[in-house]
Amino acid sequence: MPEGTFCNRTPIQTEKALKRLLEDTGGKAYYQEMKALEVDRDLLWGTIQKTLKSRLRTWLGICAHCGMCADSCFLYRISKRNPRQVPAYKIQSTLGEIVRRKGNVDNAFMHMAMETAWAKCTCCNRCGLYCPHGIDMGVMFGYLRGLLYQQGFVPWELKIGAGMHRVYRAQMDVTDKDFVETFEWMVEEYEEDYPGLTVPVDKQEADILYTVNAREVKHYPEDLAEAAILFHLAGEDWTVPSSGWEQTSLAMFAGDWEACKLQVQSVYGAMERLKPKRMVGTECGHAHRATVVEGPYWAGRPDGRPPVRSIHYVEWLAEALRTGKLRIDPEKRIRVPVTIQDSCNYIRNHGLKEITREIISHIVAPGYFREMSPNREHNYCCGGGGGFNGIGLYRPQRNQALITKRDQLLATGAEMVIAPCHNCWDAIRDLVEEFHVPIKWSFLKPLLIKMVQVPEHLRPENS
Amino acid sequence: MYEFLAGPMFILSLCVFFVGLLVRAIWYVRGLHWQMDRVAYGMYPGPGMKGAARSIGYWLLPFGTYGWRAQPFMTVAFFLLHLGAVLIPLFLLGHTLVLKAATGIALPAMPARIADFLSWAAVIGIAMLALRRIALPEVRILTSAYDYFILLVTAAPFITGLVARYHAGDYAFWLSLHIFFGEALLILAPFTKLSHIVLFFMSRAQLGMDYGIKRGGINGKGMAW
Repeated sequence: MPEGTFCNRTPIQTEKALKRLLEDTGGKAYYQEMKALEVDRDLLWGTIQKTLKSRLRTWLGICAHCGMCADSCFLYRISKRNPRQVPAYKIQSTLGEIVRRKGNVDNAFMHMAMETAWAKCTCCNRCGLYCPHGIDMGVMFGYLRGLLYQQGFVPWELKIGAGMHRVYRAQMDVTDKDFVETFEWMVEEYEEDYPGLTVPVDKQEADILYTVNAREVKHYPEDLAEAAILFHLAGEDWTVPSSGWEQTSLAMFAGDWEACKLQVQSVYGAMERLKPKRMVGTECGHAHRATVVEGPYWAGRPDGRPPVRSIHYVEWLAEALRTGKLRIDPEKRIRVPVTIQDSCNYIRNHGLKEITREIISHIVAPGYFREMSPNREHNYCCGGGGGFNGIGLYRPQRNQALITKRDQLLATGAEMVIAPCHNCWDAIRDLVEEFHVPIKWSFLKPLLIKMVQVPEHLRPENS
Repeated sequence: MYEFLAGPMFILSLCVFFVGLLVRAIWYVRGLHWQMDRVAYGMYPGPGMKGAARSIGYWLLPFGTYGWRAQPFMTVAFFLLHLGAVLIPLFLLGHTLVLKAATGIALPAMPARIADFLSWAAVIGIAMLALRRIALPEVRILTSAYDYFILLVTAAPFITGLVARYHAGDYAFWLSLHIFFGEALLILAPFTKLSHIVLFFMSRAQLGMDYGIKRGGINGKGMAW
């Protein structure tokens, strides 16, 4: 059987195909079919010849095999220093081997490459900081994922995730109507506490266009209300787009570059339609990476920037605190030992390390902040990045991968960890459950709501 | 034999070395692709240059990066080898004389004592690198015969040079052998992993530009390498 009905080289294009694949619970039939999926070697080698440019070729070629990357990889460290987890080995034995064999690899090889690309690398890019030649193996694994996706060797959930973006322009089956209605409903819930609270939809030329993570709409609608309240209290002129509101990209985790492009184009379309001064995205790491850092290149924008200046939620929050748009009640600042999780996707990969510490200086009473070790751009991945959190097939590996963050958190002695990133937040929630770690975890928004001062003119009349 | 090795063969080796490495560098730059690499190389020359310079600079400093500091043995081995590998070929007295005779280019010569020290340091550095390959499982799994070949090609000019320098054995023989291995290294450089002589700078500059232009360099203080 060259291609299966569930597992094949064709991306999910329609709602019908998406539902059918979803009905194959856990991807049972999908993975069964994958065992017989043929490798289209001509396509594989043809794609490599067209897309493997000098940067990646040189990285593969000049790797000095020095092993300095080994200790940089948390997956190597927690696997009892298994040499097969050395980043250079992982990429040389997969992408390197495919290139050496000119694409002449078989089904068993592709299975091994799939497990390596999605269960032995979270694309955290930390190894790139520890290689003397500046070889960024996370970038290379991103490329390898693209090759594997094209051949149909991709974990079931990510094939679905990429399909969701293609069908709904969102990582979940959340329609534009669902988004607007949920946002409006959540805002109504809080109208009494915050008179005048609204969610302006499709407002032209607002100061801020706000984009979210579809998970918030589907599973954490409180987050939408909290965002609205904080913009409201800060007196911001803001809006949400009725379409192009989804900032995330499971397509990026899947290596489905075409879907990546479709997804960011929907957000950029909203920017061009509504002409806001700037875009603010929610507290998500990979969403920021996808829409703000990598997205412009998928969309073919030569300046490497989205159509309007786009910032992460932490940048907006730091600015609001700095300029006094939001004021904190000093009595309500955090007074338990607290630490912050530096997200790979916007700390290491977008330089926002000092911004989050500026926020800490406003919301944590002096003496209670504990740095993780290592931290900032040298922090370790939460353990669930790059799609790892969501892949059932690799759940045992993912759970083991949480050990690094567990030990980092325990070493701080903190009672709470602030995680302004959905992936990190999930991973920390899971590690608390898995290892019974006595620590609370939170996004910034709910913490801010509890401590921000409500200006007199915005208070309910009876208070 | 000496006349041939120190004359036409020397010129030929230098040509292969410089032209070859130049071609490698040009190919590298020509093969960069702003959209495929996802770095707007040409749009932000300031942050790009700054990122490249920081990325190269910190890694040229002994213990200058988190990576070097995390692995002191490797750092010592690396710098012992590379200091000698860069300075000895250029500034050893005998080398400057041969270069002047063959090309007319006159470089200053270093005192013999420093040259001795750097040569021994390089040999010790190579021995340490080989030891790492044998002793550490995380390096052993990556190591192939090719990696030892590169170490050998690098060690040969130093070892033969030292034997000749101390007149241990037939001086003329060891000197010719030394020149032969030195020229072999020059000729092999563009075609092997020794091409890192230039590609190290290209690759580090690229990642530096990536961080400087795209991945946050414009946002803050820049990467703490």
